[in-house]
Amino acid sequence: MTTAPAAGSELHRTDEARRGFSLRQYLICLSGVVWREGLRFLHQRERFVSALVRPLVWLLIFAAGFRSVLGVSIIPPYDTYVLYEEYITPGLMAMIQLFNGMQSSLSMVYDREMGNMRILLVSPLPRWFILVSKLMAGTAVSVIQVYAYLLIAWLWGIEPPKLGYLTVLPALVLSGMMLGALGMLLSSMIKQLENFAGVMNFVIFPMFFASSALYPLWRVQETSPILYVVCQLNPFTYAVELVRFALYCQVDWKSLGVVLGCTAVFLAGALIAYDPSKGLIGRRGPA
Amino acid sequence: MACEPALSIEHVTHAYGERIALDNVSFTVARGTCTALLGLNGAGKTTLFSLVTRLFAAGRGRISVLGFDINRDPGEALRRLGVVFQARTLDLDLSVAQNLRYHAALHGLGGYEAKARAAEVLSRMDLAGRAGEKARNLSGGQMRRVEIARALLHAPPILVLDEPTVGLDINARAAILRHLRELVAQTGLTVLWATHLLDEVELADEIVVLHKGRILATGSAQGVIAAQEAKDIAEAFTALIAEPSATSAESPP
Repeated sequence: MTTAPAAGSELHRTDEARRGFSLRQYLICLSGVVWREGLRFLHQRERFVSALVRPLVWLLIFAAGFRSVLGVSIIPPYDTYVLYEEYITPGLMAMIQLFNGMQSSLSMVYDREMGNMRILLVSPLPRWFILVSKLMAGTAVSVIQVYAYLLIAWLWGIEPPKLGYLTVLPALVLSGMMLGALGMLLSSMIKQLENFAGVMNFVIFPMFFASSALYPLWRVQETSPILYVVCQLNPFTYAVELVRFALYCQVDWKSLGVVLGCTAVFLAGALIAYDPSKGLIGRRGPA
Repeated sequence: MACEPALSIEHVTHAYGERIALDNVSFTVARGTCTALLGLNGAGKTTLFSLVTRLFAAGRGRISVLGFDINRDPGEALRRLGVVFQARTLDLDLSVAQNLRYHAALHGLGGYEAKARAAEVLSRMDLAGRAGEKARNLSGGQMRRVEIARALLHAPPILVLDEPTVGLDINARAAILRHLRELVAQTGLTVLWATHLLDEVELADEIVVLHKGRILATGSAQGVIAAQEAKDIAEAFTALIAEPSATSAESPP
């Protein structure tokens, strides 16, 4: 077989002396990952519908039913009594992001099983950048879902301050990043798609119910001091409170600190888990 | 850098827990050559590919791509590799063009450059009219050709393929082999091709026989046949894997 290269071949022209990547190349990569995640979201219309139906069932049925049972006293950030529907709206916004983070985790496990993940992992750009890009893409999708929910909630009569729709955006980005990073970390630990049901039972439901999403913590403290401690240890509580305060144009500094800290810890864990030399993947063998 | 081999595998050992998948594997792939990595299922070919493409890192040893250490300088090494995995890696919900665009973005290529290169590689793989088609509507052979086109998109000097003809019918296999032959002959691309199919080694200038995680032979097909005093590569391969020394490594997963 002849192997003599043709002069001036255009097919393999990677400059052997070229080193590093430009900022433009990083941005192209980031936009490509976000674009792909957006396309996947558009292709999975059922995912969008179910992402909206879930909180709306809570808002339109659960909250309406419990309105007269669960009274909410005046607690920050509210400066007056609020209806129960209004109280749980930030919790449901965070719930959308929680489920989206876990959905991203499920997608990563699926991609790993199907082989698509390999294309992402053999990119020459740094792996931490690829994973952060994926995280940002997932967060962008979750933020779109939350605003769609807010629109429907507004039609239902939930009307936070107009400026709140803007001030909540950074909080949604931060909480989306935290929950997405948690999902990414979990995806590295889940060996098979079948094991994902465990995430529902052991992560999503406990995180959601043992938080301030559905009831204020002072109420929890009254009935169960132990559960109150669990709620305070739950990072999701702080995501909910960060969103709640931001929706009313305020900053809850403690929640902000906890969300930032947890994002850093979860992301560091995910980066280590997906690191070729340190992570879990190489110990298991080719998927 | 100019005298470096395209791909250098030096004393690579890798284990999954207690199970040794690769045991002190060393060989080089010269620039502009096509090398077949020949081995039965479970020989360690996919593990070696995973290490070469840095899906994970080798327990011991060194892998370098055109002189760039895959662990110390992964970005430079990976940008010089085009990879076709054994498992299908196309996103079936995306069109052919969208799959290529995504890959281009992951390599920092965008806009006009990405489009021009996509058109070029699709044309080369006889897929120019399929750009807008959903990947899931393609046949197995066409999907493989799209994956090869995608691997060539960022213009790498080295193409590594892990059993790309598995599961394909005889015509699709022939088409893949024909395209690979043309690529090597016309462009001087360096190719590392893993296979367990003996008739595919005719594509190769060099063969590397891997069995139970160990290298049993390297060299030209004729050289391996002569060394085993066999009449063809099938007989030589059978003789090699039958030797007691070939079974001393533990089975890979």
